[in-house]
Amino acid sequence: MAEAQVVESGGTSGTSGAVDTRTIGAPVLAVENIVVKFGGVTAINDVSFDVRKGEIRAIIGPNGAGKSSMLNVLNGFYKPRSGQIKFAGKTFPSMDPYYAASNGIARTFQNIALFRGMSTLDNLMTGRLLKMKSNFFWQCLYFGPAQKEELENRAHVERVIDFLEIQPIRRTPVGRLPYGLQKRVELGRALAMDPDILLLDEPMAGMNVEEKEDMSRFIMDVNEEFGTTVILIEHDMGVVMDLSDRVVVLDYGSKIADGTPDEVRANQNVIDAYLGVSHD
Amino acid sequence: MEFIYALLVQPFVDMYLDPLIFIETVIKGLMAGVLYSLVALGFVLIFKASGVFNFAQGVMALFAALTLTGIMEYMPDGLPKWLTVIAALGITVVIMILLAVIIERVVLRPLVNQELIILFMATLGLSYVLEGAGDLMWGSDVKVLDIGLPTDIWDIGGVYVEQLDVTAAIAAGSLVAVLAIFFTKTRIGRALRAVADDHQAALSVGISLQQIWVIVWSVAGIVALVAGIMWGSKSGVQFSLSLIALKALPVLILGGFTSIPGAIIGGLIIGLGEKVVEVFWYSVHGGAVENWFAFMLALAFLMFRPQGLFGDKIIERV
Repeated sequence: MAEAQVVESGGTSGTSGAVDTRTIGAPVLAVENIVVKFGGVTAINDVSFDVRKGEIRAIIGPNGAGKSSMLNVLNGFYKPRSGQIKFAGKTFPSMDPYYAASNGIARTFQNIALFRGMSTLDNLMTGRLLKMKSNFFWQCLYFGPAQKEELENRAHVERVIDFLEIQPIRRTPVGRLPYGLQKRVELGRALAMDPDILLLDEPMAGMNVEEKEDMSRFIMDVNEEFGTTVILIEHDMGVVMDLSDRVVVLDYGSKIADGTPDEVRANQNVIDAYLGVSHD
Repeated sequence: MEFIYALLVQPFVDMYLDPLIFIETVIKGLMAGVLYSLVALGFVLIFKASGVFNFAQGVMALFAALTLTGIMEYMPDGLPKWLTVIAALGITVVIMILLAVIIERVVLRPLVNQELIILFMATLGLSYVLEGAGDLMWGSDVKVLDIGLPTDIWDIGGVYVEQLDVTAAIAAGSLVAVLAIFFTKTRIGRALRAVADDHQAALSVGISLQQIWVIVWSVAGIVALVAGIMWGSKSGVQFSLSLIALKALPVLILGGFTSIPGAIIGGLIIGLGEKVVEVFWYSVHGGAVENWFAFMLALAFLMFRPQGLFGDKIIERV
């Protein structure tokens, strides 16, 4: 049933989307017993889960459940008080943003974080910074290896622009773009990094139905075509249930459920967390 | 009536009657402007990359000039002059880069993600520390800085031009050209602009804030050194040098806090305006105009074009 809905919301006409051709591999990223505290407030309390290669993994939960904090732990913005992160065969007490970025973890933000003064193209080019290694001297002269490198990376960025259908705005300063497009450019910057793992913090928040459908389609295409592992925070339950392979549910910083969308939907803890429990 | 004549007519009559003096005034003004620009340039660099108004930029120029003169005094005698100068310059550049590393470690890193006003206050403190350190190490006497820049005066058809001023102009010009290429063409330049816009986003694409800050403060330190050399060669290395920082403020308001060409043009306009108004409108204001003219011009700009001539437009969505 989930499969059929994927086809529907993605707008693909049943030929490619109907059969799931993806291969879900072994876990590539896992958190174990993560605890995050801010002063006396416990944002994340002893949460463990894993993410398998090539899957779309959703993190859901009511407001303040610790979803964004979890994403910040995964790319190293927050250092957990205790617990560990397993990534690419190694175990870390915490992540470092630079390490995460240079090892294929890209992300977007809940409140759009773009380089507002720069054009769409330049924003996407920043996603290529880590791939550009040529000598400083050549870059200044824009000659030799530097020119070749710039052109290669530019070509890659143009492919991302085509993929996201944002050709008309490539020269526009992103500060002037409407909200929905800014979200798309932000996804583009993350994609420009050629990530193995994509962390998306509410990619569809504040969008209308049409924009949501577009965004869902992009996320599915990225996942299917490039085998990118996606970790997704989203409030729209329809979207989450359609897109994701497995769902983690957080509430007040603790994990209350973990499983396929159908399992999670049937879980009594989840129903209680979302609808409330009567206390009599 | 007489006042209006003195304000609107007499100056232009004077300019016409004595074109040589007018040209000389213009050149003098532009050259003074170049020196303002050099100081303002350092401010712009740091403001662009971190949004911080670095109050210590003026003192950094002083510190660099003091260090340079101090090191030249300690160089062994008997070396050829050019070798002494180059060695001392090299050591000073290294010291300015070390200073940038220390500032990043001690001042910026602990304050990461704090309000900008807190970082500004930190640079205010930094300016006192640097001033004290300069005093402690090299003493507070006025020092002569002679690195062999030409000091003769050219007589071009009756107009006197100081060679030192021309050198300063060339130095500023090449500095701007190099910086412009650095900012637009290189990977680091793009990273710098990214950091200027959004720290979090910059981190998420794998830009190291620490590395960028060290680079930008080093570059600002080297720009400060150039400014310090020019001012020092002209009027001796003295502690009033750090007060030039205040003159850079109107320059920045005029040119825009985020624009390198803006810093240059702003400096030139203020230098030129000051000198021309000083000389030709003398009968209106009776002198000492250099102390306030720049600030008055800045005020006028704030009313009509708050982002400056070349600054990023302030767009705010409602």
